[in-house]
Amino acid sequence: MASVTERASRPNLLLLAARFRETGIVVVILLIVAAVSLRTPYFLTPDNFRDILLNIAILSIVALGQTMVILTRSIDLSVGSIIGLSAMVVGLAVRDNPDLPPVLALLMGIGLGMALGGINGLLVTLGRVPPIIATLGTLSVYRGLVLVVSKGQWVDAYRLPAGFVQMSKSEALGVPNLLLFAAAVAIGVAYFLGHTRLGREIYAIGSNPTAAQLAGIPVSQVLFLVFVLSGALAGGAGVLWASRFAAVANDTASGFELQTVAAAVVGGVNIFGGSGTVPGVLLGSLLLGIIANALTLVHISPFWQLAVQGLVILLAVVVDALISRRLQRALALRARRMAPA
Amino acid sequence: MTMTPTASGRTAAREPSILPTLLLRWETLLIVLLLLGAVGNAYLSENFLDVTNLFNMTVDFMEKSIIALPMALIIVSGNIDLSVASTLALSAIVMGVLFQAGWNVWLASLAGLAVGALAGLANGLLVTRVRLPSLVVTLGTYALYRGLASAIVGDEALSGFPDDFTTIGQGYLPGTPVPVPLAIFLVLVVPFALLLHRTSFGRLVYAIGSNEEACRFAGVAVDRIKVILFVLAGLMSALAGLMLNARFGATRADVGAGFELDVITAVVLGGVDIFGGQGTILGVVLALFLIGELRFGMSLNNVPAQVQTIAIGLLLILAIILPRLLRARSGGRRVASA
Amino acid sequence: MGEAARAQPILALRDISKAFAGVHALEGASLEVLPGEVHALLGENGAGKSTLVKIIAGVHQPDAGEILWDGQPVHFPTPLAAQQHGIAAIYQEPALFPDLDIAENILMGRQPMDPTTRRIRWGELYAEAGRLLRSLGTSLDPRTRVRGLSMADQQMVEIAKALSMNARVLLMDEPTSSLSLREVDELFRIMRRLRELGTAIIFISHRLEEVFEIADRVTVLRDGRYVGTRRVSEVSSDQLIQMMVGRTLTTLFPKQEVPVGEVALRVQGLTKVGVFSDISFELRRGEILGLAGLVGAGRTDVARAIFGVSPADSGTIEVNGRPVQIRNPKDALALGIAYVPEDRQHHGLVLQLSITQNVTLPILEQFATLGWVDRGAEQREAKSWAERMEVHAAGLWQKVRELSGGNQQKVVLGKWLATRPRILILDEPTRGIDVGTKAAVHQLMSTLAGQGMAILLISSELPEVLSMSDRILVMREGRITGRLTRAEATQERIMAYATASLNEVGTAAGSAASQ
Repeated sequence: MASVTERASRPNLLLLAARFRETGIVVVILLIVAAVSLRTPYFLTPDNFRDILLNIAILSIVALGQTMVILTRSIDLSVGSIIGLSAMVVGLAVRDNPDLPPVLALLMGIGLGMALGGINGLLVTLGRVPPIIATLGTLSVYRGLVLVVSKGQWVDAYRLPAGFVQMSKSEALGVPNLLLFAAAVAIGVAYFLGHTRLGREIYAIGSNPTAAQLAGIPVSQVLFLVFVLSGALAGGAGVLWASRFAAVANDTASGFELQTVAAAVVGGVNIFGGSGTVPGVLLGSLLLGIIANALTLVHISPFWQLAVQGLVILLAVVVDALISRRLQRALALRARRMAPA
Repeated sequence: MTMTPTASGRTAAREPSILPTLLLRWETLLIVLLLLGAVGNAYLSENFLDVTNLFNMTVDFMEKSIIALPMALIIVSGNIDLSVASTLALSAIVMGVLFQAGWNVWLASLAGLAVGALAGLANGLLVTRVRLPSLVVTLGTYALYRGLASAIVGDEALSGFPDDFTTIGQGYLPGTPVPVPLAIFLVLVVPFALLLHRTSFGRLVYAIGSNEEACRFAGVAVDRIKVILFVLAGLMSALAGLMLNARFGATRADVGAGFELDVITAVVLGGVDIFGGQGTILGVVLALFLIGELRFGMSLNNVPAQVQTIAIGLLLILAIILPRLLRARSGGRRVASA
Repeated sequence: MGEAARAQPILALRDISKAFAGVHALEGASLEVLPGEVHALLGENGAGKSTLVKIIAGVHQPDAGEILWDGQPVHFPTPLAAQQHGIAAIYQEPALFPDLDIAENILMGRQPMDPTTRRIRWGELYAEAGRLLRSLGTSLDPRTRVRGLSMADQQMVEIAKALSMNARVLLMDEPTSSLSLREVDELFRIMRRLRELGTAIIFISHRLEEVFEIADRVTVLRDGRYVGTRRVSEVSSDQLIQMMVGRTLTTLFPKQEVPVGEVALRVQGLTKVGVFSDISFELRRGEILGLAGLVGAGRTDVARAIFGVSPADSGTIEVNGRPVQIRNPKDALALGIAYVPEDRQHHGLVLQLSITQNVTLPILEQFATLGWVDRGAEQREAKSWAERMEVHAAGLWQKVRELSGGNQQKVVLGKWLATRPRILILDEPTRGIDVGTKAAVHQLMSTLAGQGMAILLISSELPEVLSMSDRILVMREGRITGRLTRAEATQERIMAYATASLNEVGTAAGSAASQ
């Protein structure tokens, strides 16, 4: 029987739009690379490229955690503080116990991050505090705790044991550990989000929270989980940060949360949740890293970094809003035109 | 109209007197906390109850208080502005740079105010024309505006403001212990309170925060009102920036960093519903003083600023959780079920 | 005809009561559903049908009464619990995930996966989804993203979802309200197929024709109470209405006869691409012009275009003979046009504000000098309108969210009348309100027309349209398919125009005219 809703398999404008998004970032990246390499030939060297990747490794890890939170229509503004607190706690622990195996240190950081993220999760689910407010609050509390824990001191390079510092620097298979960690996280998150039921439920919650409830998805538990995951990744990143920069200050990673949101938003993650891809976030981080690197190489003062990040966020959401509105209109028109008389 | 006639036979157009006390319940709680805080502080340090000290205490949070006034209106309207502290910085820096370039200090200040208004205008236009949520827009401008301040002046400090300018931040009303910043704030509180509670504009702000769609259907100029609110926020942030410049006699790109936390905490603690539609200026003022008192007490006891923020962060969270519980028990629902 | 073989009901609700914030939605309501039957649930708006269905679906919990499943008492604390028993619900607003594809929507939380790695088996997912869709006779591609699908397609996905859960009871809350006639036929075909498979279907509708077409038995609720259950074959439409309403139709709508004046509003060639096209009509003072049609015909869109909420792409509007540009509601208000919206709670009222504040919302500047609101003057105006509308409330200061549907509608009407309009557009003004208020609203319309108001009445209730309108326009799929005078109009003719395909308009008009 011919169906009323008969239609050729739709070219699926939305899938096209998603690809368009990622292609868009790639195009912008290529443009910037082209423009900058004309100014500075050093830009295209493998050394510089390696630098860029190392610089965005930590950002990528935390941005992926942030992405999982944003996908559920929430936000985690406390990641910068979690990184700082984890870096300080673990940094102090390692400084005072030089024989502590780096892997254990990493696990400590992850564990601490999970606890801190768990608090966020409880506030949002049990406390019904809107995520923006909850994490604005914990951003301050955790940052304050850094000072309490450190009693005002820094942890600097001479105090951290070589083994710990090497954790991020040494290489396996010719690739720095840091990049391997980032790659592992990326693969893990991509698999989780793309191929497990729980991961798909994360998308569902952001796409339509009421429908998710009705479908029997345990929304509170999943929300709690994403905040724990975000915290865990931030906690681990804190340890890597301490290792990479071999020093921890009281304001370590202060303001970093903004970069994670920027990386996600630029990478095509919908700020309202429900859509976004791991490759997109990685490309977003890459774009931010390239811009930062380019600014330095072209001798634009590093003080422009923050402004550029803000501009990039604004451009990304404005462009997205304008495009998606066009798309919605086109889709609605299509649906109506194809409706049978 | 079929209404229960009052004893005098006239039908009740004004609500019975029970309701005002109910409305004030949250504000009463704040007053109680304020008094408790005063008692606690007085116990912990004998210097606290000195009148001059108390007046001087207020100076520390007057800039935040001034920003909190338009922020309250913005949150009542159902929006938020995360960029206020960054606008403060940008305006302060522009003013400083112009002054150093030879401009008259007052003209430079006017320019600073203009920058603040423009920054607010940009926020407003992005929210209304492009139809982006205020959260995302002001997250972006939070970075952009402070970034611009940072780009302009790097990590240098600009100073050298003349005395007649610095009185704004450091001076007193002649013959009184009242600091000029406090006076400025008090002068501003009245118009803002009247604006929100007694004018048609204020009524529309509440209405938009409760149900923006219905307002559009009623022909309310929703977009224009929102833009005005953001411009006001930008203007007051700029004013706060000037006051900080005056108070410290110098300015840097990181001036006012973290202010947005205190401001939002004060507004929410003051009883303004984060989702919009409810709240009073009185509550916000009480909350501002409560937070100011708290910070002052902590400073007197040598608690470092970064640790003080722990208390403020906790206060923000509690300020949301507690009213939820209260409202849930009094059975108030935002929208009636069909 | 389905086999309602077993006498044992699969689902029974006894004496269910449920109140929300002190307002009783259900009191002693009952329902019994046999497997393999289509059981219709009838009742006016506010009768409690949706609440009952939500209790079955586990969304709400009853305050009193019991639920029996296969004769055993059960309890559904969450939607998941109901689903696990085999109950699937399809609501008026589809509960789908727009960003995900059809297959994931159907099988969310139940995607086929490898037991050891817990990895989703995508091939199986799409195969299973495809199978379900094809069994429903649709050729929808399971890889299609849900965003952008038509209402009918979305419902198809919902039904596939129910099928995938092996639902023994399927709840459908007004599934046909956004469907075209052909789509409704499709839906009924599928419902019959499900019935043959032994699924029990509970079907809420406000359209009696559909009940007679598809249902086996029908239960009527009124004011939250159980009125009765009948076999569809043994009951008449009038009897059902009697049960629903508690009184006969004829007393409900007062007629009105008024001399008709000059043209207040003229619309020509109004078009909004993809929504409505070539809408032209005149509206005169003292006249009530009825705009009839099925839901989705585009009537509200035309009203919103005239009122400036979403202006048309092309065409002209003339008010009192002068061409005008209406870009937003403020323009419309300035021209003396008022629009009482369909969605009272979301578009008509600010629930958290008081009666006074709602009534004066569009005209606030009249009470404000330099912004300062004269509360006394404002209250006097609100009081005068509240009294004229006979709003029942403790006082003007009361928040409108505490009022009943009927009183809320009175506040909305008062608000718009306070703007002193000359052209009044009413969109489903008596939907969801009690019979007493309904009569009052109709009386009001008559009076206003008598005073020279030009009224455009959009309504899906044919009896209302027939008795209140001087002339009737019928729309279908964005076009005007019929124009009738009061003398010519009958329910059948209106329905013919409302359901005719565009090619048939000529013949339909011809055959209708000859009846």
